Amino acid sequence: MVKQIKFELNGKKVEIPLEAGQSLLWALRNNFNLTGTKYGCGEDYCGACTVIMDGEAVRSCGITMEDVSGKKITTIEGMSVNGKLHPVQQAFVEHDALQCGFCTPGMIMNAYGLLLKTPHPTREQIIDGMEDNLCRCGAHTRILDAIESASKVLKI
Amino acid sequence: MKDNKYYRDEVPENNPTFEVDRRDFVKLLGGGLFIYFQLGEFLTGVAAEAAQQRSLPKDYNAFLHISEDGTVTCLIGKIEMGQGIITSFPQMVADELDTPLESVKMVMGDTELCPYDAGTWGSLSTRSLGPALMAVIAEARGVLLNLGSENLGVAVEELAIENGVIFVKNKKNKKIGFGQLAQGKKIEKYLDVKPKAKDFSEYKIRGKSFTHADGIAKAKGEAQYTGDFRMPGMLYAKILRPPSHGATLVSADTSEAEKLEGISIARDKELVAVLHRDIEKAEAALAKVKAEYKFDEMKVDDQTVFKHMLEFPSEARVVKSTGDIATGKNSSNQILESEFHNSYVAHAAIEPHTALGFMEGDKVVVRASTQTPFGAQDGIARELGLGLDKVRVIAPFLGGGFGGKTMFRQAVEAARLTKLTGKPIMVLWTRKESFFYDNFRPGAVIKITSGTDKSGKISLWDYHEYFAGARGSDTIYDVPNAKTTSYSARNVHPFLTGAWRAPGNNTNTFARESQIEMMAAKIGADPLDFRLKNLKDERMIGVLKAVADLFGWTPAKSPSGRGYGIACGFDAGGYVAHMAEVKVDQKTGKIKVIRVACAEELGFCINPQGATIQLEGCITMGMGYALTEEVKFTGGDVHTTNFGNYQLPQFSWLPKIQTKILDKNEAPQGGGEPGIICMGGVLANAVYDACGARLYQLPMTPERVLEAIAKVK
Ligand code: FES
Ligand code: FES
Repeated sequence: MVKQIKFELNGKKVEIPLEAGQSLLWALRNNFNLTGTKYGCGEDYCGACTVIMDGEAVRSCGITMEDVSGKKITTIEGMSVNGKLHPVQQAFVEHDALQCGFCTPGMIMNAYGLLLKTPHPTREQIIDGMEDNLCRCGAHTRILDAIESASKVLKI
Repeated sequence: MKDNKYYRDEVPENNPTFEVDRRDFVKLLGGGLFIYFQLGEFLTGVAAEAAQQRSLPKDYNAFLHISEDGTVTCLIGKIEMGQGIITSFPQMVADELDTPLESVKMVMGDTELCPYDAGTWGSLSTRSLGPALMAVIAEARGVLLNLGSENLGVAVEELAIENGVIFVKNKKNKKIGFGQLAQGKKIEKYLDVKPKAKDFSEYKIRGKSFTHADGIAKAKGEAQYTGDFRMPGMLYAKILRPPSHGATLVSADTSEAEKLEGISIARDKELVAVLHRDIEKAEAALAKVKAEYKFDEMKVDDQTVFKHMLEFPSEARVVKSTGDIATGKNSSNQILESEFHNSYVAHAAIEPHTALGFMEGDKVVVRASTQTPFGAQDGIARELGLGLDKVRVIAPFLGGGFGGKTMFRQAVEAARLTKLTGKPIMVLWTRKESFFYDNFRPGAVIKITSGTDKSGKISLWDYHEYFAGARGSDTIYDVPNAKTTSYSARNVHPFLTGAWRAPGNNTNTFARESQIEMMAAKIGADPLDFRLKNLKDERMIGVLKAVADLFGWTPAKSPSGRGYGIACGFDAGGYVAHMAEVKVDQKTGKIKVIRVACAEELGFCINPQGATIQLEGCITMGMGYALTEEVKFTGGDVHTTNFGNYQLPQFSWLPKIQTKILDKNEAPQGGGEPGIICMGGVLANAVYDACGARLYQLPMTPERVLEAIAKVK
């Protein structure tokens, strides 16, 4: 019998059959059609695939589905509620903290993970926490500003 | 007025929502007013050259449609890759047509729906397509006024338009909306356009700042890039790749891969692909394919390539020549000879090259992350031996391009595989493939001999550019005896090279501005004074003065120990000047950029905030090629495979960024490129000013900095 992997995805209980070697990234993109989580490098370098797992920002390209069993996963699609933007998303929009937008979901999820841990970060803590998320378009300054302003309104 | 913020709270309709071909297109848009025109005569410069290589469609193209609810749909062959035309174009359309911004929708980058376009590059959207579009819209406005006049029974001269409503000037309640005019009709107008659009003084929406029209969709993760589309029965293709450029496939044994469940193999000449509905399964199966190659590689690597370039037989072309070099030498008091090198760099957009091909009857349709949907259509048609009418290419949102997606190899691959199998095929390159097949910015050598006379004026400028590309190679300074020679040749590089954000100009500006600063230092002049003294172009002088103001420049001769640098240049119609402050760690050779100021003049600025964002992006991205980015290789073997061995700028690098966009009532120019050209030069000059070490090669890695410091001591 095929083993089922059960976990919570954006607040809903879900399960899928275990496929050997499947990563969380491709399960999200292909089994659940949640394509907001992006493939940028596949090897843990860029952060475009970042999601929240049990309250922590993780890179979904490096996590196999076996390790997702029983976990709570939040993706970019789970951030806005009834179409209303999450404060971190709102801050990104208001600060125009994106250009091509391909790194954006990963940036937002990583920022959210950072704020879950450190609700009122200093600028240095934000830089530190975001350091390994890559943006080729150079939206960096605005991303930092957006996170700073989100930290002021976000209630964790 | 300029800080007016605006953003839309719904996902803007973009090409992904249009699933129809042109026949259905008219049906889909229903009734309404269709405005057609011929684009050919408006194509200028690069775009025109590219267009000539393809027979331009002789027919008129739909360009603008006004539907019964007043929605104005603007169709252009350009694509959105983060440069922001999805925001600035509606501003132009709404402003020219006097219709609300919210009523304008863009359909972009679809070869079947949009008028031919040579490609989105060279900052041409605003400066080249912009005026054409405005002329068309001015004409369309005339058509609407005529219809309004018929409808209201009032002469055109007595009518005015505001917010998509035509009304009688002295009787405002006598009116009719665009939508109503279009109601129940299908009106087709064919325009022969004479450019005549509004004057700057009439602009209401242009010149104001707006946040990205696609910001919300992107922040929600809803904006669809090529890899986000799904189709029933879609298979991922993983393609067998050679270990290096110059290797040819001799044999491939796919038997082990075939044993895996759900795997199928597609093979067409040199193209060997493993297909599976699960991308990771396809990847795993590909690893089981055994292949043999024969090698015919160039004997050159990232160290020896500069010597190789100078020895390679090339064709010399004089780009520009004034006065006489021998006279220049005789009249010079000080002469300086230098040789600069620039390394190969990758585009490295975070979205890898992606394409989804599928059949629609006998037509091949390909969604692709490409900056040149029409070029890709040509390429696919040629490869498959099909007519253009049997190939459709659609470019959805692109996750960055920078010139790297002017190439469309992945689109051709998807087209071939879908034609072969009849199935929807997704080709998504790994990061390694994206580096391997990237059209790198070419490595280059620049040689300059220059001189100054007794009065401190530049008297000689003999400039030789090898393989950088001629863009930005003319001197911007006022020199009586100057000559620029450009050298080019086929197959000088072991792999593909091509346009990289402001092609040629990053290398040329680095070399020119380094040389200028060295000349100033040699005669003990302040580098700002020296530039101002040798410039005639008022717009260049304008940006230099503006940046000096912004930065707080005080005169000193270099090296002053302050770590201040200057560079200025001209690209794509825009003028830029940068100043930077750096700290150099003399023990480790590490450079810390403290601040960068930039003044830019792009003529009239449609969306000042959008332009500022492009400029910030240029400064940030530009630090990469200046400090770390360098493709490593041995022959055709590209050692750069992922971001682990190719370092992009990161958050901790960020300097304080100060920008100023100077407004000018001149034709608007594109802002996606000029701001990056000075980054190599300004940082090299700042390093020199900090410690007296002159760097002749980019990127300025710690090793190179230490080497240069050792030479000073
Ligand atoms: S795709 Fe996961 S870190 Fe880049
Ligand atoms: S916005 Fe393009 S990669 Fe970050």
